[in-house]
Amino acid sequence: MSSRTPRPPSIPGSAMVTAQASRRSVLRALGLGSLALSSGSLLAACGGDSGGGPASGEGATVKFGINEAQGSGPAYDRLKAMADAYAKETGTEVSLNAVDHNTFQESINTYLQGTPDDVFTWFAGFRMAQFAESGLITDLSDVWPIDGLDDAFKQASTAPDGKQYFVPVSYYPWAVFYRKSVFEKNGWAAPETKDDFFALMDDMQGKNITPFAFGDKDGWPAMGTFDILNMRLNGFDFHMALMAGDEAWDGDEVKLVFETWRDLLPYHQADPLGRTWQEAATSMGNGDCGMYLLGTFVVDAIADVGDDLDFFTFPALDDTIGADALDAPIDGFCVAAAGQNQDAAKEMVKWLGSAAAADAANNGADAPFIAANSEASTSTYTDLQKKSVEVVSAASNIAQFMDRDTNADFANTVMVPSIQEFLKNPDDIDGLTSSIQQQANSILG
Amino acid sequence: MATTTTTKKAAKPSGRRRETSLSTRDRLVVITMVAIPTILVVGLVWLPALGSVYLSFTKWNGFGGLDTIEWVGLQNYKDIATIYPPFWPAIRHNLIWLVFLFVFPTMLGMLLAVVLDREMRGGRFYQTAFYMPVVLSLALIGFIWQLFYSRDQGLLNQVFNSEVDWYGDPSINLWAVLVATAWRHTGYIMLIYLAGLKGVDATLREAASVDGATEVKTFFHVVFPVMRPINMIVLVIVVIESLRAFDLVWVINKGRNGLEIIAALVSQNVIGEATRYGFGSALAVIMMLISSVFITLYLRIVFREERNP
Repeated sequence: MSSRTPRPPSIPGSAMVTAQASRRSVLRALGLGSLALSSGSLLAACGGDSGGGPASGEGATVKFGINEAQGSGPAYDRLKAMADAYAKETGTEVSLNAVDHNTFQESINTYLQGTPDDVFTWFAGFRMAQFAESGLITDLSDVWPIDGLDDAFKQASTAPDGKQYFVPVSYYPWAVFYRKSVFEKNGWAAPETKDDFFALMDDMQGKNITPFAFGDKDGWPAMGTFDILNMRLNGFDFHMALMAGDEAWDGDEVKLVFETWRDLLPYHQADPLGRTWQEAATSMGNGDCGMYLLGTFVVDAIADVGDDLDFFTFPALDDTIGADALDAPIDGFCVAAAGQNQDAAKEMVKWLGSAAAADAANNGADAPFIAANSEASTSTYTDLQKKSVEVVSAASNIAQFMDRDTNADFANTVMVPSIQEFLKNPDDIDGLTSSIQQQANSILG
Repeated sequence: MATTTTTKKAAKPSGRRRETSLSTRDRLVVITMVAIPTILVVGLVWLPALGSVYLSFTKWNGFGGLDTIEWVGLQNYKDIATIYPPFWPAIRHNLIWLVFLFVFPTMLGMLLAVVLDREMRGGRFYQTAFYMPVVLSLALIGFIWQLFYSRDQGLLNQVFNSEVDWYGDPSINLWAVLVATAWRHTGYIMLIYLAGLKGVDATLREAASVDGATEVKTFFHVVFPVMRPINMIVLVIVVIESLRAFDLVWVINKGRNGLEIIAALVSQNVIGEATRYGFGSALAVIMMLISSVFITLYLRIVFREERNP
């Protein structure tokens, strides 16, 4: 679960490494313990830093672990195209290890501590930093700067120790999506201010259209709403400090977020906990709902009206804070510290951040991603993507999404059920926030 | 009398002689045959179980070696009981699950078995139809029922023109899931029971009907007591099934929002992205303790039966 685009579960064709890893994680999870555990750390210890063979060029091999299974659509095609282009350009053999998205993400911990691939797909944010602190990923500060990746991306690739551990390749913003034709027909316009925003929602309700589509059956989509409300009401810096565990969850700031959310709930689709984001997107697609706050992957669920979609960033709720921050999760690559061929990995990861890599990816798939590299060609982009580039470039602060910005244990076992509890029972905010804080103390403290 | 004692006396020494005359090779074979299962059981059942108990007193996120495991005593158990909101609902749901499975699908399965045992016309067809759901994986069953239960696009709400949030409303979804489970469990119990009924000696029924017992009386006073071993098996299966209930709720919403059950909580904490190994182990140990209660009860009944047959 996360801010990624969820996919139908499919069985990876060449999932050997992660199949092992996930088996090991299950064993470990059940405490099938000491044997599996020690073999895990032994394996990690064996994969030293010394490179095997030439770093790149003829005769060198670099192992590339990707979080998209073969046949899972454009996302796989893009990664495959990048791997092929790199192999062709440098003569290095790229051995691709394609694993189903969810499986990859859920077994990442054991994967990195076992026998990981040299280069692997990952996300910017707290967990990347956590891997860096635990020494599981390699310091990439010597591959930076990379042409075409600006300071904001460098910042997102930096761990708290000030070094870079990540190379971004693409991103997608979270914003409020709507259908152009529905807005035109009703004479609505994207709201600029808080007053416009509430007037728009009231008008929608008057016309018997639910203003916001809303689904949280999977537990993570509502985190996007929390993120944006917190950034609008308390500012980006507070949001990041809260995610990092440096601010209290039972303070007035977080209570204000939940209170505002409670007041906004009547403008949202009722009963969100039984609805998937795909179902919510469908209700916006067929006109039952006016807007939907989600990532750009909303298009995947309602491709038939894809050309009719447009979006605006969530308007300011507090004029002193403004509306210049948003969630725009960044995808990219890391080098595993336990990988066999560190030099080849670094060389490849630097290339993966280049405009050439992004172009290879976008030319090799039906649907392009929004390249992080500013020199990449935008000729394949859809209108939505062109607008995404503008919106994200205009934003002064970018968050990664709650489950990438905070401790994974906390996000998954505390925030998911807590937000669902809030949606069931929005009135007990004091009880909710103190419960979150108690659990935060136990996990983070 | 005299002849039996002599044969016994004669048999004893010969038995002892066979014991002592085990060749080295035979002894090796016996030792291997005992040792391999013992190693497997100790290595795959006991050590992990003990490892899990140990981990439940620690805090560990799985990063780094075993030296990063931090001993926290009873903290995890205290947290589970006091500040972990899903725990008590989970216990309650597991108990509801047990009672429900026992009262409805088990009884229904037994009834179906008795009816089908009467060799009615089309019996084979019904038998297959009722058993079909057992062949499907619970994950697939979760998907099939999603088509019925979806709030906006599901069959039930379309047909009845209602707006019930079957999977999302925490006061309803447990029952919705139990119905889906029952759909499968009924066929399972039916098959086991049917097999048992086929094994009941026909002469017993004949005797009962000659004595003038009604069908119902025959079942409760003759057939049911004879089927005691099968009844025990059914009982144990129901208990085990309700404790390890997991797949269906996991497919539906990963065991959250009204569908908290212990096995799902364990998985949430250790198998997915979260890696709270200590906390998850503590939950697993609690689950193990609850199962032990039932296992102990079961074993006591079995042993008592062996002692006084």
